[in-house]
Amino acid sequence: MKIPMTEYLRIDLETEKWECRVCDHVIAPADGNYKEGLLVHNRDPREIHPPIIDPDKYRFTFSPDPEWVRILEFCCPGCGTQVETEYAIPGHPPLWDMQVDVAALKAQWAARGPAALPDAGPVVMPERGHSH
Amino acid sequence: MNEMSTRAKTPTLEEMNLIKKFLDDTTLFLGPDPEIMQNHDLMPRTEIEDDAIGKVSDAHTVAKIRDRIQSGCDEGYEMVEQMGAAPGAKWGDVITGVYSASGDLAIASAGGVLIFSALVHHPIKFIIKNWMNEPTVGVKDGDGFIHNDSRYGNVHNTDQSMIIPIFHKGKLVCWVASTVHEGENGAIEPGGMPSMAESPSDEGLKMSPFKVVENYQIKRDILTFLQNSVREPKLQYEDMKVKLFACLRIKQRIEETLNSDGPEALMATLRLTMENVRAEVKRRISEWPDMTVRSYIIQDSTLRENCVVKINCKLTKTGDRLIFDFRGSSPEFTNRATNTIVAGLKGMLAQVFLCYVWPDLPRGQAAFAPIEVITDPHSIVNCSYDAPNSQSLMSIFTGFTAGQHAVAKFLYSCPEKFTRVHAPTFNMINTFIWGGVSQHGETLGNLCADLNGMGAGATASRDGEHALAPIFATMADIGEQELNEEEVPFLQLVSKKMTRDAIAPGKYRGGQGYTMMVATKDSEQWGFMTTAQGAKIPPLQGLFGGYACGTYPLSKVKDVDVYDVLMNEPERFRHSIEEIMNEQPFEDADYSTHHMGMGFEISKRGELFMISQGAGAGYGDLLERDPENIIKDIEEGLISPEVAARLYKVVFDAATLAIDFDATEAARAKERQARIKRSVPYAEFVKGWNTPKPPAHLQYFGCWGDDVGTLYMGAPDITRRGDQPRPNYMMHPKDVRIAELEARLEAAGAMGDEKK
Repeated sequence: MKIPMTEYLRIDLETEKWECRVCDHVIAPADGNYKEGLLVHNRDPREIHPPIIDPDKYRFTFSPDPEWVRILEFCCPGCGTQVETEYAIPGHPPLWDMQVDVAALKAQWAARGPAALPDAGPVVMPERGHSH
Repeated sequence: MNEMSTRAKTPTLEEMNLIKKFLDDTTLFLGPDPEIMQNHDLMPRTEIEDDAIGKVSDAHTVAKIRDRIQSGCDEGYEMVEQMGAAPGAKWGDVITGVYSASGDLAIASAGGVLIFSALVHHPIKFIIKNWMNEPTVGVKDGDGFIHNDSRYGNVHNTDQSMIIPIFHKGKLVCWVASTVHEGENGAIEPGGMPSMAESPSDEGLKMSPFKVVENYQIKRDILTFLQNSVREPKLQYEDMKVKLFACLRIKQRIEETLNSDGPEALMATLRLTMENVRAEVKRRISEWPDMTVRSYIIQDSTLRENCVVKINCKLTKTGDRLIFDFRGSSPEFTNRATNTIVAGLKGMLAQVFLCYVWPDLPRGQAAFAPIEVITDPHSIVNCSYDAPNSQSLMSIFTGFTAGQHAVAKFLYSCPEKFTRVHAPTFNMINTFIWGGVSQHGETLGNLCADLNGMGAGATASRDGEHALAPIFATMADIGEQELNEEEVPFLQLVSKKMTRDAIAPGKYRGGQGYTMMVATKDSEQWGFMTTAQGAKIPPLQGLFGGYACGTYPLSKVKDVDVYDVLMNEPERFRHSIEEIMNEQPFEDADYSTHHMGMGFEISKRGELFMISQGAGAGYGDLLERDPENIIKDIEEGLISPEVAARLYKVVFDAATLAIDFDATEAARAKERQARIKRSVPYAEFVKGWNTPKPPAHLQYFGCWGDDVGTLYMGAPDITRRGDQPRPNYMMHPKDVRIAELEARLEAAGAMGDEKK
């Protein structure tokens, strides 16, 4: 049984691995940090949140200060889907954000059975995004 | 000296009782009681409640009575909203509730600010513990108690509560309370939420719970003292009356129930409602995956200066236990007002569940009762008695968001959901607090309703809604600014216009916030302040690949009278911050930008103060956003075509906005490959990225990385242990600036012969 844990990640209870829900790439052991199996980009926040007022004239521009915060973008090495972002203080170690008790997850789903799998997950297509 | 003579004698039980009586009789000050203030769980079931449940526990009877009490609370809420004088009352910053005889909130009104009500159990328990049997006070039929000091309960001392006991045939059966965000409270700055407060003594009225009503009449001597302590004496009187009469209306509804069904039915209903909700919450939690989720949210200021203040959150679910661990969050600031008492934090976390996760549950204290919270002592989320906390919203809101962000990661895999998985909603009160003398000669101090217009976070299936609701009251209103303008000497020249490109992108984008431009008119004694985080670092995190919002500064235009401009050269006026600041259409005016912690500042006629409400966070990979929704955003003025094309990789005709779907798909496929190319494997990345300490160029407060036991205090070499409090003073920002300028003068040899 494969349990959708986030919009783009699932855990295969048999292999005990994190997997990409878009391209099926096997990412990392399920009891570890899934981010260790992803690629990371250190994004200047001004590229995502553009200055609305002129940065040559003003100190505050509606853009985050790149000396104060960066956006860590985590993507799947198989398909390039952006799995997670983390607004981080420069140098702050990325968070192990989802530390799963895999044995408990297996027991929980063994009791529930596959019919209870959540319907909130996407229909996935490798090439064309997806929708519900 | 032999051993016998040095050993202390063990006191007997009789002596111990004597010592206890001595200490009880000679208590010099009844300060906030940690036994009350640290506990958010329900009080144990009493024998009277047990007997009542033994007599009445039929689910239909309980449901009928609960609905009647709920209707009574809603009626009281409507009364306060319709009659209250405080601006906050008019847009729903109000609540009413019914509490058990032991003081637990059993049922709250459907509308309004639940956190107020959820935290009034503390002062009621204080009254029960200290005044009930105190011969100089006592609790009798017809009494009413007032309270506003958050150290004894509630959020901040701008919120005032009226609390009345309900008796039946001489026996206390429950309590009723009504709370309003009153605004003015006599603090160092007008409006009730002073950022300049450096100690609790700067924060104005600090009312521990005391009796202000006897025989259903407000005691005029005490009322006069309270009026004499604030800037709005008429408001103080009017709203005390309004809250009292709302409580009396709810009392009337309760008495109808007492007469028709008896006191046992009422008490059983209140108790069973709470116990059933508590049990249901534990059941729902048990459906979540066993997991630990970590998140952190940054406050980028103390409202006096920019710095980096961490709110650290580790949320662990095991079986039916859920534990919020906020250890590692910033130390408390000894002389800054952004601290919160831990009860305030718990109240906001309760909002996560009652407003966003399980809104189907009866609104009361029980929904958060079984959830555990851990904090460091004397931290920004669990501050000491001596720390100012008038701006506690800064910490309880970022704490809320850390919790909301973490909870979403538990919910995705749950088969049983009660709401959609939800990215964080915007969390700051981007609005104007105002004060001074009005065009009618009245001294006023309060705030605009725009704080209630926070942009909603995106969900798993749709975009966030714009300017929807405050995170502390999903059923509140934004109010009519035009009505407010009849009473205050300023106009919102631009209002409710979405701020273009202030976005939170994602597969589903966050709901956006709107621009506010204000300018004083018809008073020479009027000013504004702003109190929000997020001019340098967004106060949110995105969800599942979505982005947070951007940042939101304060812009000012001085040396201009825009009313003259509007009268004489209206074509010069612009309707967006972007145009006014970039085009600088007013000649000889002074244009400047600032962080959102502007202390109270007197404004001249026609000077512009401009801010924007913020966007909720985005959800999912932005390359999956439906191109048609992107074009809709462009058409609605939410995003500029250039930014949309660059970020979302959507290809469209610049003139017609017609989408080229194939080109868009190709551009997105190319971008996915570009992502893979520019990114590096995690292990390699952290080698170059991770540092053992916070950067030296930032004043950083809180833990760094996994070491939650060490809290940094503004510099990489100044720390404290999480469990060992130390003072944490900040210099006056003007002293900092003076020191900088003096250093430059000294370096330039321009200090002259000034003696030191």
